[in-house]
Amino acid sequence: MQRTGLVGVLRGTSFYGAVAFFFVLAAFPFYWMLITSFKSNADLYNVQHIPFWFNDPPTLEHFRYLFEKTLFATWLLNSLIIGLCVTAITLVTALPAAYSLARMTGRNGEALGIGIFLTYLVPPTLLFLPLSRVIADLGLQNSMWSLVVVYPTFTIPFCTWLLMGFFKALPPEIEEAAIVDGCSLFGAFIRMAVPLSLPGILTVVIFTFTLTLQEFVYALTFISASAQKPITLGVATDLIRGDIFYWGEIMAGALIASVPVAIAYNLFLDRFISGITGGAVK
Amino acid sequence: MVAIAESVPKPVSRFRFILDRRDVLGSLMVAPAILYVLLLVGVPFLMAVYYSVSAYTIYNPSWTFVGLANFEQIIEDPTFRQTLSNTFIFTFGSQILGLILGKFGALLLLKPFPGRKFVRALVILPWAVPIALATVAWEWMFDSLYSVINWTLIALGIITRSNAPNWLGNPDLAMLSVIVVNAWRFFPFAIVIFLAGITAIPQDVLDAATVDGAGFWRRNYQIIVPMILPIVAIGLVFGIVFTFTDLSIVFLLTQGGPVGATSVLGFQGFQTGIVSGDVSHGAAISLFMLPVLLIVVVAMLRFIRRREI
Repeated sequence: MQRTGLVGVLRGTSFYGAVAFFFVLAAFPFYWMLITSFKSNADLYNVQHIPFWFNDPPTLEHFRYLFEKTLFATWLLNSLIIGLCVTAITLVTALPAAYSLARMTGRNGEALGIGIFLTYLVPPTLLFLPLSRVIADLGLQNSMWSLVVVYPTFTIPFCTWLLMGFFKALPPEIEEAAIVDGCSLFGAFIRMAVPLSLPGILTVVIFTFTLTLQEFVYALTFISASAQKPITLGVATDLIRGDIFYWGEIMAGALIASVPVAIAYNLFLDRFISGITGGAVK
Repeated sequence: MVAIAESVPKPVSRFRFILDRRDVLGSLMVAPAILYVLLLVGVPFLMAVYYSVSAYTIYNPSWTFVGLANFEQIIEDPTFRQTLSNTFIFTFGSQILGLILGKFGALLLLKPFPGRKFVRALVILPWAVPIALATVAWEWMFDSLYSVINWTLIALGIITRSNAPNWLGNPDLAMLSVIVVNAWRFFPFAIVIFLAGITAIPQDVLDAATVDGAGFWRRNYQIIVPMILPIVAIGLVFGIVFTFTDLSIVFLLTQGGPVGATSVLGFQGFQTGIVSGDVSHGAAISLFMLPVLLIVVVAMLRFIRRREI
Protein backbone atom coordinates (compact mmCIF):
# COMPACT_ATOMS: atom_id res chain seq x y z
CA MET A 1 0.00 0.00 0.00
CA GLN A 2 2.77 2.33 1.01
CA ARG A 3 4.46 1.77 -2.30
CA THR A 4 1.43 2.35 -4.53
CA GLY A 5 0.80 5.53 -2.57
CA LEU A 6 4.31 6.74 -3.29
CA VAL A 7 4.05 5.77 -6.97
CA GLY A 8 0.71 7.55 -7.12
CA VAL A 9 2.20 10.72 -5.70
CA LEU A 10 5.14 10.52 -8.11
CA ARG A 11 2.79 9.95 -11.04
CA GLY A 12 0.63 12.86 -9.95
CA THR A 13 3.65 15.12 -9.60
CA SER A 14 5.06 14.24 -12.99
CA PHE A 15 1.60 14.64 -14.54
CA TYR A 16 1.15 18.11 -13.10
CA GLY A 17 4.78 18.87 -13.89
CA ALA A 18 4.09 18.06 -17.54
CA VAL A 19 0.92 20.15 -17.50
CA ALA A 20 2.90 23.01 -15.98
CA PHE A 21 5.53 22.66 -18.70
CA PHE A 22 2.91 23.06 -21.44
CA PHE A 23 1.22 25.86 -19.55
CA VAL A 24 4.46 27.85 -19.27
CA LEU A 25 5.53 27.04 -22.82
CA ALA A 26 2.27 28.33 -24.27
CA ALA A 27 1.62 31.25 -22.00
CA PHE A 28 5.02 32.66 -21.15
CA PRO A 29 5.51 34.78 -24.30
CA PHE A 30 2.14 36.39 -23.59
CA TYR A 31 2.97 36.94 -19.95
CA TRP A 32 6.15 38.53 -21.21
CA MET A 33 4.12 40.77 -23.52
CA LEU A 34 1.85 41.75 -20.64
CA ILE A 35 4.54 42.55 -18.10
CA THR A 36 6.74 44.38 -20.60
CA SER A 37 3.89 46.64 -21.66
CA PHE A 38 3.31 47.83 -18.09
CA LYS A 39 6.94 48.22 -17.03
CA SER A 40 8.75 51.53 -16.98
CA ASN A 41 11.74 51.82 -19.29
CA ALA A 42 14.10 52.14 -16.33
CA ASP A 43 12.85 48.78 -15.11
CA LEU A 44 12.91 47.13 -18.56
CA TYR A 45 16.43 48.03 -19.52
CA ASN A 46 18.27 47.03 -16.36
CA VAL A 47 19.91 43.62 -16.38
CA GLN A 48 20.31 43.73 -12.60
CA HIS A 49 16.53 43.66 -12.14
CA ILE A 50 14.68 40.39 -11.91
CA PRO A 51 12.70 40.50 -15.17
CA PHE A 52 9.72 38.36 -14.14
CA TRP A 53 7.91 40.97 -12.07
CA PHE A 54 7.75 44.69 -11.39
CA ASN A 55 10.78 46.19 -9.66
CA ASP A 56 9.42 49.69 -10.19
CA PRO A 57 5.69 50.46 -9.99
CA PRO A 58 3.74 49.53 -13.14
CA THR A 59 3.05 52.35 -15.57
CA LEU A 60 0.69 53.18 -18.43
CA GLU A 61 3.27 55.31 -20.24
CA HIS A 62 3.67 52.81 -23.11
CA PHE A 63 -0.06 52.73 -23.77
CA ARG A 64 -0.26 56.51 -23.58
CA TYR A 65 2.63 56.86 -26.02
CA LEU A 66 1.06 54.30 -28.31
CA PHE A 67 -2.23 56.18 -28.60
CA GLU A 68 -0.88 59.73 -28.51
CA LYS A 69 2.42 59.64 -30.37
CA THR A 70 1.97 56.81 -32.88
CA LEU A 71 -0.58 55.86 -35.52
CA PHE A 72 -1.83 52.97 -33.39
CA ALA A 73 -5.44 54.22 -33.30
CA THR A 74 -5.37 54.58 -37.10
CA TRP A 75 -4.10 51.01 -37.48
CA LEU A 76 -6.88 49.75 -35.23
CA LEU A 77 -9.44 51.58 -37.34
CA ASN A 78 -7.85 50.34 -40.59
CA SER A 79 -8.01 46.75 -39.36
CA LEU A 80 -11.63 47.22 -38.36
CA ILE A 81 -12.59 48.63 -41.77
CA ILE A 82 -10.66 45.90 -43.61
CA GLY A 83 -12.24 43.23 -41.43
CA LEU A 84 -15.77 44.55 -41.97
CA CYS A 85 -15.41 44.89 -45.75
CA VAL A 86 -13.78 41.48 -46.17
CA THR A 87 -16.47 39.89 -44.02
CA ALA A 88 -19.18 41.49 -46.15
CA ILE A 89 -17.58 40.34 -49.42
CA THR A 90 -17.03 36.87 -48.01
CA LEU A 91 -20.60 36.44 -46.79
CA VAL A 92 -22.16 37.70 -50.02
CA THR A 93 -20.12 35.28 -52.15
CA ALA A 94 -19.56 32.29 -49.87
CA LEU A 95 -23.11 31.89 -48.53
CA PRO A 96 -24.83 31.30 -51.90
CA ALA A 97 -21.84 29.33 -53.19
CA ALA A 98 -21.83 27.02 -50.18
CA TYR A 99 -25.60 26.50 -50.41
CA SER A 100 -25.40 25.77 -54.10
CA LEU A 101 -22.53 23.32 -53.65
CA ALA A 102 -24.23 21.59 -50.75
CA ARG A 103 -27.70 21.32 -52.27
CA MET A 104 -28.00 22.09 -55.93
CA THR A 105 -25.01 20.81 -57.83
CA GLY A 106 -24.99 17.21 -56.67
CA ARG A 107 -21.88 15.10 -57.02
CA ASN A 108 -20.05 17.81 -58.97
CA GLY A 109 -20.68 20.21 -56.10
CA GLU A 110 -18.64 18.04 -53.79
CA ALA A 111 -15.68 18.00 -56.18
CA LEU A 112 -16.01 21.70 -56.86
CA GLY A 113 -16.15 22.39 -53.13
CA ILE A 114 -12.93 20.48 -52.58
CA GLY A 115 -11.40 22.39 -55.50
CA ILE A 116 -12.36 25.74 -53.99
CA PHE A 117 -11.06 24.67 -50.62
CA LEU A 118 -7.71 23.65 -52.11
CA THR A 119 -7.14 27.22 -53.27
CA TYR A 120 -6.97 28.06 -49.56
CA LEU A 121 -3.69 26.14 -49.61
CA VAL A 122 -2.14 28.26 -52.37
CA PRO A 123 0.29 30.31 -50.31
CA PRO A 124 0.59 34.12 -50.34
CA THR A 125 4.33 33.77 -50.95
CA LEU A 126 3.55 32.20 -54.33
CA LEU A 127 1.01 34.83 -55.35
CA PHE A 128 2.36 38.08 -53.93
CA LEU A 129 4.44 38.98 -57.00
CA PRO A 130 1.64 38.79 -59.61
CA LEU A 131 -0.91 40.15 -57.14
CA SER A 132 1.19 43.23 -56.48
CA ARG A 133 1.07 43.86 -60.23
CA VAL A 134 -2.73 43.38 -60.18
CA ILE A 135 -2.96 45.79 -57.24
CA ALA A 136 -0.86 48.34 -59.09
CA ASP A 137 -3.08 47.99 -62.17
CA LEU A 138 -6.11 48.65 -59.96
CA GLY A 139 -4.38 51.77 -58.63
CA LEU A 140 -4.48 50.42 -55.08
CA GLN A 141 -0.77 50.21 -54.29
CA ASN A 142 0.07 51.42 -50.82
CA SER A 143 -3.59 51.51 -49.84
CA MET A 144 -5.44 49.38 -47.31
CA TRP A 145 -8.14 48.79 -49.94
CA SER A 146 -5.70 46.47 -51.70
CA LEU A 147 -6.13 44.14 -48.71
CA VAL A 148 -9.91 44.36 -48.98
CA VAL A 149 -9.56 43.10 -52.55
CA VAL A 150 -7.01 40.38 -51.80
CA TYR A 151 -8.06 38.92 -48.44
CA PRO A 152 -11.25 37.33 -49.82
CA THR A 153 -8.99 35.05 -51.89
CA PHE A 154 -8.41 32.99 -48.77
CA THR A 155 -11.53 33.81 -46.74
CA ILE A 156 -13.96 32.80 -49.52
CA PRO A 157 -12.50 29.29 -49.98
CA PHE A 158 -12.28 28.70 -46.26
CA CYS A 159 -15.75 29.99 -45.46
CA THR A 160 -17.42 28.28 -48.42
CA TRP A 161 -16.05 25.00 -47.13
CA LEU A 162 -17.15 25.75 -43.58
CA LEU A 163 -20.67 26.78 -44.65
CA MET A 164 -21.06 23.74 -46.93
CA GLY A 165 -20.80 21.62 -43.82
CA PHE A 166 -23.47 23.67 -42.09
CA PHE A 167 -25.91 23.53 -45.00
CA LYS A 168 -25.45 19.79 -45.39
CA ALA A 169 -26.33 19.31 -41.76
CA LEU A 170 -29.70 21.06 -42.25
CA PRO A 171 -32.58 18.73 -43.05
CA PRO A 172 -33.58 19.47 -46.68
CA GLU A 173 -37.24 18.78 -45.85
CA ILE A 174 -37.57 22.28 -44.41
CA GLU A 175 -36.74 23.98 -47.68
CA GLU A 176 -38.74 21.43 -49.63
CA ALA A 177 -41.77 22.21 -47.49
CA ALA A 178 -41.26 25.93 -48.14
CA ILE A 179 -41.07 25.29 -51.89
CA VAL A 180 -44.24 23.20 -51.77
CA ASP A 181 -45.86 26.12 -49.93
CA GLY A 182 -45.06 28.39 -52.86
CA CYS A 183 -41.59 29.69 -52.04
CA SER A 184 -39.20 30.05 -54.95
CA LEU A 185 -35.97 28.09 -54.88
CA PHE A 186 -34.00 31.22 -54.07
CA GLY A 187 -36.63 32.25 -51.53
CA ALA A 188 -36.20 28.93 -49.76
CA PHE A 189 -32.49 29.68 -49.47
CA ILE A 190 -32.98 33.25 -48.20
CA ARG A 191 -35.95 32.66 -45.90
CA MET A 192 -35.24 29.15 -44.63
CA ALA A 193 -31.65 28.02 -45.05
CA VAL A 194 -29.92 31.29 -44.14
CA PRO A 195 -31.78 31.96 -40.89
CA LEU A 196 -31.37 28.32 -39.85
CA SER A 197 -27.62 28.41 -40.35
CA LEU A 198 -27.11 31.54 -38.29
CA PRO A 199 -24.56 29.82 -35.99
CA GLY A 200 -22.54 28.94 -39.08
CA ILE A 201 -22.74 32.50 -40.35
CA LEU A 202 -21.57 33.81 -36.99
CA THR A 203 -18.63 31.39 -37.09
CA VAL A 204 -17.75 32.64 -40.56
CA VAL A 205 -17.89 36.27 -39.45
CA ILE A 206 -15.59 35.60 -36.50
CA PHE A 207 -13.11 33.60 -38.54
CA THR A 208 -13.02 36.02 -41.43
CA PHE A 209 -12.21 38.74 -38.95
CA THR A 210 -9.49 36.78 -37.20
CA LEU A 211 -7.98 35.60 -40.50
CA THR A 212 -7.70 39.21 -41.68
CA LEU A 213 -6.09 40.20 -38.39
CA GLN A 214 -3.60 37.34 -38.58
CA GLU A 215 -2.54 37.99 -42.16
CA PHE A 216 0.90 39.51 -42.51
CA VAL A 217 2.49 38.67 -45.88
CA TYR A 218 0.12 40.52 -48.20
CA ALA A 219 0.02 43.54 -45.91
CA LEU A 220 3.81 43.63 -45.82
CA THR A 221 4.02 43.33 -49.59
CA PHE A 222 1.41 45.88 -50.62
CA ILE A 223 1.60 48.59 -47.97
CA SER A 224 4.51 50.73 -46.90
CA ALA A 225 2.68 53.95 -45.96
CA SER A 226 2.34 54.01 -42.17
CA ALA A 227 -1.16 55.49 -42.13
CA GLN A 228 -2.53 52.70 -44.34
CA LYS A 229 -1.20 49.76 -42.33
CA PRO A 230 -3.43 47.26 -40.54
CA ILE A 231 -2.69 46.74 -36.87
CA THR A 232 -0.58 43.58 -37.14
CA LEU A 233 1.76 45.11 -39.70
CA GLY A 234 1.90 48.46 -37.94
CA VAL A 235 2.84 47.02 -34.56
CA ALA A 236 5.39 44.60 -36.01
CA THR A 237 7.17 46.99 -38.37
CA ASP A 238 6.38 50.58 -37.54
CA LEU A 239 7.38 50.97 -33.89
CA ILE A 240 11.08 50.71 -34.65
CA ARG A 241 13.04 53.90 -35.12
CA GLY A 242 16.28 53.17 -36.90
CA ASP A 243 17.79 50.43 -34.82
CA ILE A 244 15.88 51.20 -31.66
CA PHE A 245 12.98 48.96 -30.74
CA TYR A 246 10.31 50.54 -28.54
CA TRP A 247 9.74 47.27 -26.70
CA GLY A 248 7.22 48.62 -24.20
CA GLU A 249 5.10 50.14 -26.96
CA ILE A 250 5.48 47.13 -29.27
CA MET A 251 4.39 44.72 -26.56
CA ALA A 252 1.48 46.95 -25.54
CA GLY A 253 0.29 47.12 -29.15
CA ALA A 254 0.72 43.36 -29.63
CA LEU A 255 -1.26 42.75 -26.46
CA ILE A 256 -4.19 44.93 -27.52
CA ALA A 257 -4.34 43.29 -30.95
CA SER A 258 -3.99 39.75 -29.58
CA VAL A 259 -6.65 39.70 -26.89
CA PRO A 260 -9.78 39.81 -29.09
CA VAL A 261 -8.39 37.18 -31.47
CA ALA A 262 -7.46 34.89 -28.60
CA ILE A 263 -10.95 35.12 -27.13
CA ALA A 264 -12.67 34.57 -30.48
CA TYR A 265 -10.55 31.51 -31.20
CA ASN A 266 -11.28 29.91 -27.90
CA LEU A 267 -15.01 30.39 -28.34
CA PHE A 268 -15.15 28.99 -31.87
CA LEU A 269 -12.31 26.50 -31.89
CA ASP A 270 -14.38 23.34 -32.30
CA ARG A 271 -16.15 24.68 -35.37
CA PHE A 272 -12.83 25.73 -36.86
CA ILE A 273 -11.41 22.24 -36.42
CA SER A 274 -14.41 20.47 -37.87
CA GLY A 275 -14.20 22.99 -40.70
CA ILE A 276 -10.67 22.25 -41.79
CA THR A 277 -10.85 18.53 -41.21
CA GLY A 278 -13.99 18.50 -43.34
CA GLY A 279 -15.89 16.17 -41.07
CA ALA A 280 -13.17 13.51 -41.20
CA VAL A 281 -13.93 12.90 -37.55
CA LYS A 282 -17.57 12.02 -37.99
CA MET B 1 -20.46 12.91 -44.79
CA VAL B 2 -24.08 13.68 -45.24
CA ALA B 3 -25.46 12.40 -48.51
CA ILE B 4 -26.43 15.07 -50.98
CA ALA B 5 -30.17 15.39 -51.26
CA GLU B 6 -31.60 13.97 -54.43
CA SER B 7 -33.60 16.61 -56.19
CA VAL B 8 -37.21 16.07 -55.27
CA PRO B 9 -39.63 15.29 -58.05
CA LYS B 10 -40.99 18.62 -59.13
CA PRO B 11 -44.36 19.34 -60.65
CA VAL B 12 -43.83 19.73 -64.38
CA SER B 13 -44.68 23.23 -65.48
CA ARG B 14 -44.10 24.76 -68.87
CA PHE B 15 -43.96 28.22 -67.35
CA ARG B 16 -41.42 27.39 -64.73
CA PHE B 17 -39.36 30.50 -64.12
CA ILE B 18 -35.80 29.96 -65.20
CA LEU B 19 -34.46 30.79 -61.74
CA ASP B 20 -36.47 27.95 -60.31
CA ARG B 21 -34.39 25.43 -62.17
CA ARG B 22 -32.02 23.89 -59.70
CA ASP B 23 -29.04 23.71 -62.04
CA VAL B 24 -29.41 27.28 -63.34
CA LEU B 25 -29.85 28.89 -59.95
CA GLY B 26 -27.14 26.66 -58.52
CA SER B 27 -24.63 27.81 -61.12
CA LEU B 28 -25.60 31.45 -60.64
CA MET B 29 -25.15 31.22 -56.89
CA VAL B 30 -21.76 29.58 -57.05
CA ALA B 31 -20.47 31.80 -59.86
CA PRO B 32 -19.34 34.87 -57.85
CA ALA B 33 -17.17 32.83 -55.51
CA ILE B 34 -15.60 30.87 -58.34
CA LEU B 35 -15.00 34.02 -60.39
CA TYR B 36 -13.34 35.75 -57.45
CA VAL B 37 -11.04 32.83 -56.82
CA LEU B 38 -10.28 32.33 -60.52
CA LEU B 39 -9.46 36.00 -61.08
CA LEU B 40 -7.38 36.55 -57.97
CA VAL B 41 -5.85 33.12 -57.38
CA GLY B 42 -5.98 31.28 -60.71
CA VAL B 43 -4.89 34.11 -62.99
CA PRO B 44 -2.12 35.35 -60.65
CA PHE B 45 -0.88 31.79 -60.33
CA LEU B 46 -0.50 31.54 -64.12
CA MET B 47 1.14 34.98 -64.10
CA ALA B 48 3.64 33.72 -61.51
CA VAL B 49 4.48 30.78 -63.73
CA TYR B 50 4.94 33.09 -66.71
CA TYR B 51 7.05 35.57 -64.72
CA SER B 52 9.41 32.77 -63.84
CA VAL B 53 10.16 32.06 -67.50
CA SER B 54 10.38 35.72 -68.55
CA ALA B 55 12.81 38.60 -68.04
CA TYR B 56 10.32 40.71 -66.11
CA THR B 57 11.56 43.27 -63.55
CA ILE B 58 9.74 46.29 -62.15
CA TYR B 59 12.27 48.50 -63.94
CA ASN B 60 11.83 46.73 -67.24
CA PRO B 61 8.36 45.19 -67.32
CA SER B 62 8.81 43.22 -70.51
CA TRP B 63 7.34 39.79 -70.98
CA THR B 64 10.27 38.47 -73.00
CA PHE B 65 10.32 34.71 -72.85
CA VAL B 66 13.66 33.40 -71.60
CA GLY B 67 12.81 29.76 -71.04
CA LEU B 68 14.34 28.12 -68.01
CA ALA B 69 17.24 30.59 -67.80
CA ASN B 70 15.97 32.04 -64.50
CA PHE B 71 15.78 28.62 -62.92
CA GLU B 72 19.26 27.71 -64.15
CA GLN B 73 20.72 30.90 -62.72
CA ILE B 74 18.99 30.33 -59.40
CA ILE B 75 20.15 26.76 -59.02
CA GLU B 76 23.73 27.75 -59.71
CA ASP B 77 23.56 30.30 -56.92
CA PRO B 78 24.94 28.75 -53.69
CA THR B 79 22.82 31.17 -51.64
CA PHE B 80 19.71 29.69 -53.18
CA ARG B 81 20.82 26.13 -52.55
CA GLN B 82 21.33 27.05 -48.93
CA THR B 83 17.87 28.63 -48.86
CA LEU B 84 16.35 25.47 -50.28
CA SER B 85 17.96 23.22 -47.68
CA ASN B 86 17.13 25.76 -44.95
CA THR B 87 13.46 25.56 -45.98
CA PHE B 88 13.43 21.78 -45.58
CA ILE B 89 15.25 21.92 -42.24
CA PHE B 90 12.89 24.64 -41.02
CA THR B 91 9.79 22.76 -42.17
CA PHE B 92 10.62 19.28 -40.94
CA GLY B 93 12.37 20.42 -37.78
CA SER B 94 9.43 22.46 -36.64
CA GLN B 95 6.79 19.93 -37.77
CA ILE B 96 8.47 17.05 -35.92
CA LEU B 97 8.96 19.14 -32.80
CA GLY B 98 5.39 20.43 -33.06
CA LEU B 99 3.94 16.93 -33.53
CA ILE B 100 5.84 15.54 -30.54
CA LEU B 101 4.69 18.42 -28.35
CA GLY B 102 1.18 18.05 -29.77
CA LYS B 103 0.95 14.32 -29.07
CA PHE B 104 2.13 14.69 -25.49
CA GLY B 105 -0.03 17.74 -24.90
CA ALA B 106 -3.08 15.89 -26.22
CA LEU B 107 -2.41 12.90 -23.95
CA LEU B 108 -2.23 15.26 -20.97
CA LEU B 109 -5.38 17.16 -21.89
CA LEU B 110 -7.35 13.95 -22.40
CA LYS B 111 -7.33 13.26 -18.68
CA PRO B 112 -9.77 15.27 -16.62
CA PHE B 113 -8.11 17.40 -13.96
CA PRO B 114 -9.14 20.58 -12.16
CA GLY B 115 -8.53 23.61 -14.35
CA ARG B 116 -8.30 21.62 -17.59
CA LYS B 117 -10.50 24.01 -19.52
CA PHE B 118 -8.40 26.96 -18.43
CA VAL B 119 -5.16 25.20 -19.40
CA ARG B 120 -6.65 24.24 -22.75
CA ALA B 121 -7.74 27.81 -23.42
CA LEU B 122 -4.24 29.10 -22.67
CA VAL B 123 -2.49 26.38 -24.64
CA ILE B 124 -4.41 27.39 -27.77
CA LEU B 125 -2.99 30.92 -27.61
CA PRO B 126 0.21 30.45 -29.66
CA TRP B 127 -1.84 29.29 -32.61
CA ALA B 128 -4.67 31.81 -32.24
CA VAL B 129 -2.73 35.02 -31.77
CA PRO B 130 -1.45 36.66 -34.98
CA ILE B 131 1.92 35.05 -35.61
CA ALA B 132 3.58 38.35 -36.48
CA LEU B 133 2.77 39.72 -33.02
CA ALA B 134 3.83 36.57 -31.18
CA THR B 135 7.06 36.53 -33.19
CA VAL B 136 7.81 40.06 -32.06
CA ALA B 137 7.39 38.91 -28.46
CA TRP B 138 9.88 36.10 -29.12
CA GLU B 139 12.27 38.57 -30.71
CA TRP B 140 12.20 40.50 -27.47
CA MET B 141 12.80 37.28 -25.54
CA PHE B 142 15.81 36.55 -27.78
CA ASP B 143 17.17 40.10 -27.43
CA SER B 144 20.96 40.12 -27.47
CA LEU B 145 21.23 42.12 -24.26
CA TYR B 146 17.93 41.86 -22.35
CA SER B 147 16.98 38.27 -23.25
CA VAL B 148 14.89 36.81 -20.44
CA ILE B 149 16.11 33.35 -21.47
CA ASN B 150 19.73 34.35 -20.95
CA TRP B 151 18.87 36.14 -17.73
CA THR B 152 17.34 32.94 -16.37
CA LEU B 153 20.28 30.81 -17.50
CA ILE B 154 22.69 33.26 -15.85
CA ALA B 155 20.66 33.34 -12.66
CA LEU B 156 20.71 29.52 -12.58
CA GLY B 157 24.49 29.63 -12.98
CA ILE B 158 24.45 27.67 -16.27
CA ILE B 159 26.14 30.41 -18.28
CA THR B 160 27.85 33.70 -17.49
CA ARG B 161 26.98 37.06 -18.99
CA SER B 162 30.23 37.15 -20.95
CA ASN B 163 29.50 33.92 -22.84
CA ALA B 164 25.72 34.34 -23.03
CA PRO B 165 24.43 33.06 -26.39
CA ASN B 166 23.35 35.57 -29.01
CA TRP B 167 20.28 33.63 -30.12
CA LEU B 168 19.60 35.43 -33.38
CA GLY B 169 23.22 36.32 -34.16
CA ASN B 170 24.71 32.83 -34.33
CA PRO B 171 23.82 30.84 -37.50
CA ASP B 172 22.98 27.56 -35.75
CA LEU B 173 21.16 29.19 -32.85
CA ALA B 174 19.22 31.42 -35.25
CA MET B 175 17.98 28.36 -37.15
CA LEU B 176 17.10 26.70 -33.86
CA SER B 177 15.24 29.84 -32.80
CA VAL B 178 13.06 30.08 -35.92
CA ILE B 179 12.32 26.35 -35.70
CA VAL B 180 11.34 26.64 -32.04
CA VAL B 181 9.11 29.64 -32.67
CA ASN B 182 7.36 27.87 -35.55
CA ALA B 183 6.96 24.64 -33.58
CA TRP B 184 5.62 26.73 -30.71
CA ARG B 185 3.11 28.27 -33.04
CA PHE B 186 1.93 24.91 -34.42
CA PHE B 187 1.90 22.62 -31.40
CA PRO B 188 -1.50 23.85 -30.13
CA PHE B 189 -2.91 23.08 -33.56
CA ALA B 190 -1.38 19.59 -33.35
CA ILE B 191 -2.88 19.13 -29.86
CA VAL B 192 -6.32 20.09 -31.08
CA ILE B 193 -6.03 17.79 -34.10
CA PHE B 194 -4.90 14.84 -31.96
CA LEU B 195 -7.67 15.53 -29.44
CA ALA B 196 -10.31 15.69 -32.17
CA GLY B 197 -9.04 12.40 -33.60
CA ILE B 198 -8.75 10.52 -30.31
CA THR B 199 -12.08 11.64 -28.89
CA ALA B 200 -13.79 10.53 -32.10
CA ILE B 201 -12.73 6.90 -31.57
CA PRO B 202 -15.79 5.02 -30.26
CA GLN B 203 -15.14 3.84 -26.72
CA ASP B 204 -16.59 0.39 -27.44
CA VAL B 205 -13.85 -0.27 -29.99
CA LEU B 206 -11.26 0.35 -27.30
CA ASP B 207 -13.24 -1.67 -24.77
CA ALA B 208 -13.54 -4.59 -27.17
CA ALA B 209 -9.79 -4.50 -27.75
CA THR B 210 -9.14 -4.46 -24.02
CA VAL B 211 -11.44 -7.44 -23.52
CA ASP B 212 -9.59 -9.26 -26.28
CA GLY B 213 -6.39 -8.71 -24.34
CA ALA B 214 -4.81 -5.69 -26.06
CA GLY B 215 -2.51 -3.81 -23.70
CA PHE B 216 -1.75 -0.09 -23.61
CA TRP B 217 0.83 -0.10 -26.41
CA ARG B 218 -1.17 -2.42 -28.60
CA ARG B 219 -4.25 -0.24 -28.18
CA ASN B 220 -2.15 2.82 -28.89
CA TYR B 221 -0.33 1.64 -31.99
CA GLN B 222 -2.77 -0.83 -33.56
CA ILE B 223 -6.05 0.99 -32.90
CA ILE B 224 -5.64 4.63 -31.93
CA VAL B 225 -2.84 5.57 -34.32
CA PRO B 226 -4.40 3.99 -37.44
CA MET B 227 -7.79 5.45 -36.58
CA ILE B 228 -6.56 9.01 -36.11
CA LEU B 229 -4.20 8.84 -39.08
CA PRO B 230 -6.53 10.52 -41.62
CA ILE B 231 -7.21 13.54 -39.44
CA VAL B 232 -3.57 13.84 -38.36
CA ALA B 233 -2.57 13.68 -42.02
CA ILE B 234 -4.86 16.59 -42.84
CA GLY B 235 -3.44 18.55 -39.94
CA LEU B 236 0.06 17.76 -41.14
CA VAL B 237 -0.81 18.95 -44.65
CA PHE B 238 -1.75 22.32 -43.21
CA GLY B 239 1.35 22.43 -41.07
CA ILE B 240 3.68 21.59 -43.94
CA VAL B 241 2.04 23.95 -46.43
CA PHE B 242 2.02 26.91 -44.07
CA THR B 243 5.54 26.29 -42.78
CA PHE B 244 7.15 25.53 -46.12
CA THR B 245 5.81 28.79 -47.54
CA ASP B 246 6.22 30.90 -44.41
CA LEU B 247 7.69 34.35 -44.54
CA SER B 248 6.66 36.22 -41.41
CA ILE B 249 8.67 34.38 -38.72
CA VAL B 250 11.95 34.57 -40.61
CA PHE B 251 11.28 38.11 -41.82
CA LEU B 252 10.62 39.45 -38.32
CA LEU B 253 13.04 37.36 -36.33
CA THR B 254 16.23 37.12 -38.38
CA GLN B 255 15.74 38.78 -41.80
CA GLY B 256 17.16 35.53 -43.18
CA GLY B 257 20.41 36.16 -41.36
CA PRO B 258 22.99 35.87 -40.08
CA VAL B 259 24.46 35.66 -43.60
CA GLY B 260 21.60 33.67 -45.06
CA ALA B 261 21.65 30.99 -42.36
CA THR B 262 17.86 31.17 -41.89
CA SER B 263 16.81 32.37 -45.33
CA VAL B 264 13.82 30.32 -46.57
CA LEU B 265 12.08 30.23 -49.96
CA GLY B 266 9.30 32.63 -49.02
CA PHE B 267 11.76 35.11 -47.61
CA GLN B 268 14.18 34.96 -50.54
CA GLY B 269 11.29 35.24 -53.00
CA PHE B 270 10.18 38.36 -51.16
CA GLN B 271 13.67 39.87 -51.05
CA THR B 272 14.37 39.19 -54.72
CA GLY B 273 10.94 39.86 -56.18
CA ILE B 274 9.58 42.68 -54.04
CA VAL B 275 12.50 44.41 -52.32
CA SER B 276 14.97 44.18 -55.23
CA GLY B 277 12.27 44.31 -57.90
CA ASP B 278 13.66 41.32 -59.82
CA VAL B 279 10.19 39.87 -60.32
CA SER B 280 11.11 37.01 -62.66
CA HIS B 281 13.80 35.54 -60.41
CA GLY B 282 11.59 36.10 -57.38
CA ALA B 283 8.78 34.19 -59.07
CA ALA B 284 11.16 31.40 -60.03
CA ILE B 285 12.30 31.12 -56.40
CA SER B 286 8.70 31.00 -55.16
CA LEU B 287 7.80 28.35 -57.72
CA PHE B 288 10.26 25.98 -56.09
CA MET B 289 7.56 25.59 -53.46
CA LEU B 290 5.21 24.11 -56.00
CA PRO B 291 6.46 20.49 -56.17
CA VAL B 292 6.17 20.12 -52.40
CA LEU B 293 2.73 21.74 -52.39
CA LEU B 294 1.54 19.46 -55.19
CA ILE B 295 2.72 16.32 -53.43
CA VAL B 296 1.02 17.42 -50.25
CA VAL B 297 -2.22 18.33 -52.00
CA VAL B 298 -2.36 15.04 -53.91
CA ALA B 299 -1.85 13.19 -50.65
CA MET B 300 -4.70 15.16 -49.10
CA LEU B 301 -7.03 14.49 -52.03
CA ARG B 302 -6.33 10.77 -51.75
CA PHE B 303 -7.24 10.86 -48.09
CA ILE B 304 -10.48 12.69 -48.79
CA ARG B 305 -11.40 10.25 -51.53
CA ARG B 306 -10.61 7.22 -49.42
CA ARG B 307 -12.87 8.60 -46.73
CA GLU B 308 -15.78 8.99 -49.05
CA ILE B 309 -15.72 5.76 -51.02
